[in-house]
Amino acid sequence: MDIIIPILILAIPLFMFIFLGLCGMKMSYKLAGTLGTLGMGTVLVLSYLTAFTYFFSGAPEFINAAGERLQYLVFDQTWLAFTEKLVIKLGFLLDPISAMMLVVITTISFMVHLYSMGYMRDHHGVYERGFQRFYAFLSLFTFSMLGLVVAPNIFQMYIFWELVGASSYLLIGFYYTKPSAVSASKKAFIVTRFADLGFLIGILTLSYYTGTFNFTELTSIPVEGMTNVFQVSGNTAEGVRSIFANSAAPVFMGGSVLTWALVLIFMGGMGKSAMMPLHIWLPDAMEGPTPVSALIHAATMVVAGVYLVARLFPLYLMEETSLVIITVVGALTALYAAMVACVQIDIKRVLAFSTISQIAFMMVSLGVARPEFHHGLGYMASMFHLFTHAMFKALLFLGAGALIHAVGSNDYTAMHGLRKHMPITHITFLIGCLAIAGIIPFAGFFSKDEILSSCNEYSWVAYLWMSLVAGMTAFYMFRLYYLIFWWKEHKVHEGHHAPHDQAWTMTLPLVLLAAISCVAGFIPFGNFVTWNGHAYDFMAHFNWSVATVSLVVALVGIGLATVMYRKENELPAKFRRALPTLWTWCYKRFYWDELYIFITHKIIFNCISRPLAWFDRHIIDGTMDAFATLTNKASEAIKPLQSGQIQMYVWYYLIGALAIGAIAVACLI
Amino acid sequence: MEITAIYYLVPALIMFCCGVYGFITRKNMIAMLISLELMLNAVDINFVVFNRFFYPEQMEGMFFTLFAIAIAAAETALAIAIIINIFRAAKNIDVRSLNEMKF
Repeated sequence: MDIIIPILILAIPLFMFIFLGLCGMKMSYKLAGTLGTLGMGTVLVLSYLTAFTYFFSGAPEFINAAGERLQYLVFDQTWLAFTEKLVIKLGFLLDPISAMMLVVITTISFMVHLYSMGYMRDHHGVYERGFQRFYAFLSLFTFSMLGLVVAPNIFQMYIFWELVGASSYLLIGFYYTKPSAVSASKKAFIVTRFADLGFLIGILTLSYYTGTFNFTELTSIPVEGMTNVFQVSGNTAEGVRSIFANSAAPVFMGGSVLTWALVLIFMGGMGKSAMMPLHIWLPDAMEGPTPVSALIHAATMVVAGVYLVARLFPLYLMEETSLVIITVVGALTALYAAMVACVQIDIKRVLAFSTISQIAFMMVSLGVARPEFHHGLGYMASMFHLFTHAMFKALLFLGAGALIHAVGSNDYTAMHGLRKHMPITHITFLIGCLAIAGIIPFAGFFSKDEILSSCNEYSWVAYLWMSLVAGMTAFYMFRLYYLIFWWKEHKVHEGHHAPHDQAWTMTLPLVLLAAISCVAGFIPFGNFVTWNGHAYDFMAHFNWSVATVSLVVALVGIGLATVMYRKENELPAKFRRALPTLWTWCYKRFYWDELYIFITHKIIFNCISRPLAWFDRHIIDGTMDAFATLTNKASEAIKPLQSGQIQMYVWYYLIGALAIGAIAVACLI
Repeated sequence: MEITAIYYLVPALIMFCCGVYGFITRKNMIAMLISLELMLNAVDINFVVFNRFFYPEQMEGMFFTLFAIAIAAAETALAIAIIINIFRAAKNIDVRSLNEMKF
């Protein structure tokens, strides 16, 4: 495979970032936006080309005779060679999940680039301040995300992992004059940084024992007779486990070192993918512009944690404990986020919590995946859900952006009954809701059904739990849908324009994403993405009973939402009065933020930070200040010696010379 | 009575100490200059005496003295020029008034 296209895929967004960042202010808003979008379009075409070549060309480096997909290392350049063993490389790994992610990222990113041309300007067509900066940051984010997914070693992944965190910080804080946006960006950065500390320790532990950063050595074996081609294999992971078992690795707090390394790496994933209890940054991240929420905080960056676990999946398979932890964290997060999403008022907050819940679905799916169940059905389901979720969640966010742009508020209380005013947004939003609720034949049905089947084979508890969450998903999404588009007639204030569908740059991405959400479920995903590349026809193993149950659950959820929210009535208020405690806890997001504020402000600040600050100011600074004062005083004291009287100087010289002479004589005698 | 080196060295030492004393105590710059010359000449005498009494077959000390005398003459001319310039600027040649270079 040609090396030029993969390099261009990474180089074009980077170039656009530097170019728009440096020269953006010199060019007109429109030119900057158009250039950014065109650059992204080129990357889109190149990525599609790469993915298409990988999946369909049938070349021997991509698929072997047995129909198993292989990993192909397009290039792998030594970057930093610290010692003979500690070598850090930069490269481009093409395998089923990275090829799929290339498609997802560039598709969503292109849609967002196009959409932002309409979104980032007001109703009079005046562009927002910093429009060029916005496009530069979008390009930086796309570059980082692409670099992350194609990383052939865990260190490159870590570098780009931090880069996506940084670009997310820049984009959340895009409206830097707004205090809430500034604190949200700081919160996102600090919380994910805290999680990345665990990630880094995990990486170092893992590579200290195995002596390698490369995924190709950790999870796969080289294919004979070909260079740079590898096959994912459980045997390598078995080898990694035996390295840990044979070394005198200590057991720490009841877990082996490998378990701890994997759990710590998962902690990095928890931070990025907003798993409980590190989820608190994601709802606040909605302070950023809505296209950013769609791109980063719904479709791409937040699934990086899922991608990380999937990348190291053969290793996780070796440690049952780590998989159980992933499952439990995912299941708790899914239920929690779904409960909170049921009562929020801000439509972006609802979508944020639904994102957390859906990512938790993917995590659970990875946690319950076992090679015995249909070639690791859960793994495939997780990646499938990642793909479909990216499409319909981006659609929902962009739709929400169109609504916010039209109404000028984030609250559904300002919307109500918009279906007649914004027909295109209405239809596309409805498709998004149907997809996420899991109604046949929309995309979410198939992927969620695979996840539920996988849970079903793992344990009935997981199955019932996740089915309940799926039902709640349907409920809160349709609650949102009805409250935005139905409930009561939309009131247009006098002197205001009625809300209407937005410019074509904003509606076109909605329509395209809605079309993808309609058909994406029919992609035979098992043929493309499985944990070891072995093609798997999931339709042949389709579990109709699970599908029926999930469909019924989804319909019940939708029905309940219809009864409660289709027309203005007293039912929601009655429920609220009947369960005031539960409602308040959900509305206040179970007081997680307050808990964090309590821990940081009351405990950490008072018990650790303040003493440290005191020590810094009084002991460390005090020592330095004392030196300075001493020097100052001493020089003040000896200053009169320099009198300007030459005869005084001669005196000093004479006395000094005589003293030295006397000493010399005394020594000699 | 034989005249030994010490008969020359003691007056030279007295001359040198007078020069040092004068240089430190006199405030008039011309007087300081004269004191300086006194020290220089004391050193010249030492050179000649050491050469004459300890290394009579060599002449370096004599030559060195001649050089020193020539250079002292040039240096005196220079110093006088400087003092004249100082007088023009400060209207006196009292060394205590020249304290511009203090802290």
